[in-house]
Amino acid sequence: MTWYDSLLQQLADGLVLGSFYALVALGYTMVFGVIKLLNFAHGDLYMTGAFAGFGGLSLVSGVLGAGWLGIFVAMLLAMLAVGCLGVVIERIAYHPMLAAPRLSILITALAVSLVLQNAALSLTGGQYTAFRTDLGFGGLSLGNLFISYNQIVLVATAAVLMIALELFVSKTLYGRAMRAVAIDKDMCRMLGINVSAVIAITFFIGSGLAAAAGTMAGAYYGSIWYFMGFLIGLKAFTAAVIGGIGSITGAMLGGLILGLLESFGTHIPFIGSEWKDVFTFAILILVLVFKPTGLLGKSEVERM
Amino acid sequence: MLLQLNQVSLSFAGNSVLDEVAFGVAAGRIQSLIGPNGAGKTSLFNVITGFYRPQRGEITFDGERLVKRKPHSVTRLGIARTFQNVRLFREMSVLENVMAGQHCRSRAGALAAVLRLPSQRAEERRIRETSLECLDFVGLADSQERLATNLAYGHQRRVEIARALATEPKLLLLDEPAAGLNGSEKEALVELIRRIRDERGIAVLLIEHDMSLVMSVSEHISVLDHGSLITEGTPQAVANDPRVIEAYLGQDDEELAL
Repeated sequence: MTWYDSLLQQLADGLVLGSFYALVALGYTMVFGVIKLLNFAHGDLYMTGAFAGFGGLSLVSGVLGAGWLGIFVAMLLAMLAVGCLGVVIERIAYHPMLAAPRLSILITALAVSLVLQNAALSLTGGQYTAFRTDLGFGGLSLGNLFISYNQIVLVATAAVLMIALELFVSKTLYGRAMRAVAIDKDMCRMLGINVSAVIAITFFIGSGLAAAAGTMAGAYYGSIWYFMGFLIGLKAFTAAVIGGIGSITGAMLGGLILGLLESFGTHIPFIGSEWKDVFTFAILILVLVFKPTGLLGKSEVERM
Repeated sequence: MLLQLNQVSLSFAGNSVLDEVAFGVAAGRIQSLIGPNGAGKTSLFNVITGFYRPQRGEITFDGERLVKRKPHSVTRLGIARTFQNVRLFREMSVLENVMAGQHCRSRAGALAAVLRLPSQRAEERRIRETSLECLDFVGLADSQERLATNLAYGHQRRVEIARALATEPKLLLLDEPAAGLNGSEKEALVELIRRIRDERGIAVLLIEHDMSLVMSVSEHISVLDHGSLITEGTPQAVANDPRVIEAYLGQDDEELAL
């Protein structure tokens, strides 16, 4: 394998990883946009999404099989279920705290994270659950480069979801309302926009995207467990910060960049894969030091 | 009366801000609310629009009671408002800002919007057309694609008025619309306020410190001082009212004392 093939291979692997990060980072950044909350439970929604996808697949696999079609339908079911869960969480845990100091709601988010994790822990007994699928191992061989069909489908699905989100946010009534709420909530109330409904939609979409990533990750890696959301939650947060928290395009970009950096970073001589998390969080620290607003973030102007 | 306030009282932590304020705004009238700084004018706007809840009193608008309604519900009833400081969505386009005003008149629910049902597309078109018409009304149709933050200040104020018009109000509250405008912009503002009433039949209630503007545009003036309505009437009557002169002179004395 030449260095060039190796580079392409890292690129392909990095895109897969980056797609997961981007999908999860989007929920982080959207929620931060509308209610200025770092939703630390978001990684656990990804985990819940993986279990919901697993449940969905066992429901539909009898009819649709456990190939991509079945997984796709299971993914939609998981998005719906976890999207609703996200809305319920917002209503019960965050909504009453919106007027409270920001630290209170942040702590609430940590509590929600623990609740979701421990619920999954009790239900699974802390065991890994095998996410069985009929996905094959086929793929495209281009010289020494191998890209599996699974990787292609996964990246394409993530891309379609992100394009749909971008269109929703830029072209539709509630997409515009979402951006407006992120800029000035009181003004939105004044204009007769139902801000609570916009926040609910934001949680629905953000949680749904995390569930999509969770289901795809479960199907792709073949096993799921209650703690799988923790690390990706932190990494998605890192991705959102790299892109500029609050910026949707930034989250997509940050996710892909982080995936690629991780993928390439583990192949730097003397830095093995056991160092990849160190690598990721070192990047977070560097971004926070040198460009705290991220690539596409704007410096926040506090207004009265 | 289109809008009627009865004995409205508001206080914060024991400090009285509004004290038994009672007055009305007739449909299709251009009316001003004046008074020295700190008289409670903006607080009164906040009470009408549901941002503050008065401790006592009744507010009715077009036959509906307003107290205890949330701001978005007040807007839906037909009261729109602009602010002292321009509060546009800065990172959105001028047209998008105005379209945000149309949001409250949309019928499609959130679900239809997320799923992009065909009814939703028709609605999007209607919102866009109505918003463009409002933007054209204030003379800024050419700037629709620009970011709001990049417009000249005077134009931003007009976008704000267009956005308020897009909520399809029966009553428009303008909070110091002339602040920061130059002479010719003020003249254009007077003309715009008249057209809003004449061509759209919308009643206008404005807070304004520029007395020559107030005198030229208003048909009725209400004067607030220390949270109480001290007098109201035609511009001539109010200008010659000794209580009004005293309220303003009193303020001057305080300023001199500083």
